[in-house]
Amino acid sequence: MDTQKAQAYWKENITTIMQLMAVWFVVSYGCGILFVDLLDTIQIAGFKLGFWFAQQGSMYVFMILIFIYAKRMNAIDEKYDVTE
Amino acid sequence: MDLQTLIYLFVGASFALYIGIAIWAKAGSTKDFYVAGGGVHPVANGMATAADWMSAASFISLAGIVSLLGRDGAAYLMGWTGGYVLLAMLLAPYLRKFGKFTVPDFVGDRYYSDFARTVAVICVIFVSFTYVAGQMRGVGVVFSRFLQVDVNTGVIIGMGIVFFYAVLGGMKGITYTQVAQYCVLIVAFVVPAVFLSLQVTGTFLPQLGLGSTIAFDFNNGVQTIEQGTYLLTALDQTFTDLGFSIPYTEGRAGVWNTFLLCVALMAGTAGLPHVIVRFFTVPRVRDARISAGWALLFISILYTSVPGVAAFARLNLIKNVQNNDYATWTAECTAEQEAAIVAARNSGADAARMPCAGNWFATWEKGGLIGWMDKNGDGKIQFANGAAYKGKPSFTGETGASGERLMSNEAVAAPAGQAIENELYVDRDIIVLANPEIARLPNWVIALIAAGGLAAALSTAAGLLLVISAAISHDLLGRVIFKDKATGKSTMSEKNELMAARGAAVAAILVAGYLGINPPGFVAQVVAFAFGLAAASFFPVIINGIFDKRMNREGAIAGMLVGLIFTFTYIVLNVFVEKNGFIVADIKPTGVGTIGMLLHFVVAYFVSRATAAPPAEIQQMVEDIRIPRGAGEATAH
Repeated sequence: MDTQKAQAYWKENITTIMQLMAVWFVVSYGCGILFVDLLDTIQIAGFKLGFWFAQQGSMYVFMILIFIYAKRMNAIDEKYDVTE
Repeated sequence: MDLQTLIYLFVGASFALYIGIAIWAKAGSTKDFYVAGGGVHPVANGMATAADWMSAASFISLAGIVSLLGRDGAAYLMGWTGGYVLLAMLLAPYLRKFGKFTVPDFVGDRYYSDFARTVAVICVIFVSFTYVAGQMRGVGVVFSRFLQVDVNTGVIIGMGIVFFYAVLGGMKGITYTQVAQYCVLIVAFVVPAVFLSLQVTGTFLPQLGLGSTIAFDFNNGVQTIEQGTYLLTALDQTFTDLGFSIPYTEGRAGVWNTFLLCVALMAGTAGLPHVIVRFFTVPRVRDARISAGWALLFISILYTSVPGVAAFARLNLIKNVQNNDYATWTAECTAEQEAAIVAARNSGADAARMPCAGNWFATWEKGGLIGWMDKNGDGKIQFANGAAYKGKPSFTGETGASGERLMSNEAVAAPAGQAIENELYVDRDIIVLANPEIARLPNWVIALIAAGGLAAALSTAAGLLLVISAAISHDLLGRVIFKDKATGKSTMSEKNELMAARGAAVAAILVAGYLGINPPGFVAQVVAFAFGLAAASFFPVIINGIFDKRMNREGAIAGMLVGLIFTFTYIVLNVFVEKNGFIVADIKPTGVGTIGMLLHFVVAYFVSRATAAPPAEIQQMVEDIRIPRGAGEATAH
């Protein structure tokens, strides 16, 4: 595999990771810790929103993020023809 | 069938299953022993990872911690799940491509240094033993409570079971046993959670029950909260009524320390060797990625139920004990009383406060996990904000006017103006273990919990013991002590290394058993050690090894040493020398791993840039682990 292609593959990999990690950070540290009190002013059914993110929502998002990552990386592997 | 028979049946059947799997999955090679032959299906690996990860602490203590801390418990929930996102995206696929057996393997090869390898081996052993001591203790506690045997006998039985499948089957035996253990523990956790959710809120799923309304009028001792009030609103109101300064759904730990703790737990989770090594067992890089997703899915089934269980338990406890008469409530049931309770339950009424319905309370009081001091002498239990007395209960051996166990602890007066004075000490560990009894769930549910607690403790213990034995036989003996200087390869034969691995596993089990029977008094505190050290050492050193091609031996060693020594010293000073006596910038010892990790990154960067670049073949290796193609299976050297 030539260097240029390997570099392009790696760059796309990093971009994907950065995008998903941004969501990871916003949901857990943003909604669950830093802005939790602000979000708590919004009430949905029996949950204050900040409390929900901290004890429920963040975990659902984590799960979804990994499955999206696996799917997108498989597509990138195909695109650059580096699948096993 | 009576409860004791049911417990023996459930625990016995689960143990027979584990042993059967061990015989079926006997390891024939070092590759079988270290990485289960490298052919584990990603979903099976996800389940095994979940069982590996969820320890006695997750199963028994987590709901208790969240119940006690309220919203602040989220740092543990997010920290112990969010780490899997880091693991999936930043570590697992590349380490799988690297294709060796252990974490010290990667550190030693990537940084072309046996010193770095040895530091990694020491860290693996320290972190894993810290962890395993708690597991063996967990096994002992479950045994002593549910099987009516002595704690030490319980630990020895647990050692025997782990010995059988870890030594015989290695990673292969452990993996398939863990799949079975996951099934046992998740059913054991979710079934009572669903029962509780139905009982308290009428909602089937505990995840939704947490946001639902309560299904009964709830008298908290100060006022009656009407049926149809949201559960969390009812808890917040009750906390205010009982004098707690902060309601259940608000935080008290502060943003800074919650943040630090959450980062340390996430990075620690991603850096724990017994979790990382699970991703060496799948066939391909893409399997490692998706396997992390499955692992988190299986873990989250338990973790998202925990906040519900925590809230139901808190409400149930207050509802059932508040102003209840100790002597009649906790008495042994007569036949008529038992019949009256059954009749009340069948008619849909709440029987939890009826005479003798609180017999479970006396049982746990006998075990020392509950202590009631009748401070106002009214014979009734009061539960409110503040400690009832100083420290954990220390019983005098005498009984009081109501038949309660008397304590020599010094009573603590309630804060001025508080309507109710607290008389009760409740250990957080009984939240999960006693819940089915508190809620009077069927006997088979209680038996299931005993089997589940054992599955959680044994699966984690086995995973840790394997990592310890691999670190000794593969890394220390094979790659450092019996290294052929000319070729850099091990001079041990495959057969000898397998024997050494089994021998190391036996030794590790014996040490773990000893720690379980004679636990160092600080088991709870040293967990901060395990996560802090993993966060300050393994996580950054592996990240740098993959994402920074220019990172060299000097940078990695300097980073590891600075991260480790800083974190180690800070925890020792603030936990063992003088409790919180050396706090800097309001950083609690539980979150200091985050600072250690940052120091590691900074030091490693500057040292590596000031010294020579790594050799060309190492740079080529980094290029290679970034591309999935050509991973092959995990290989020996």
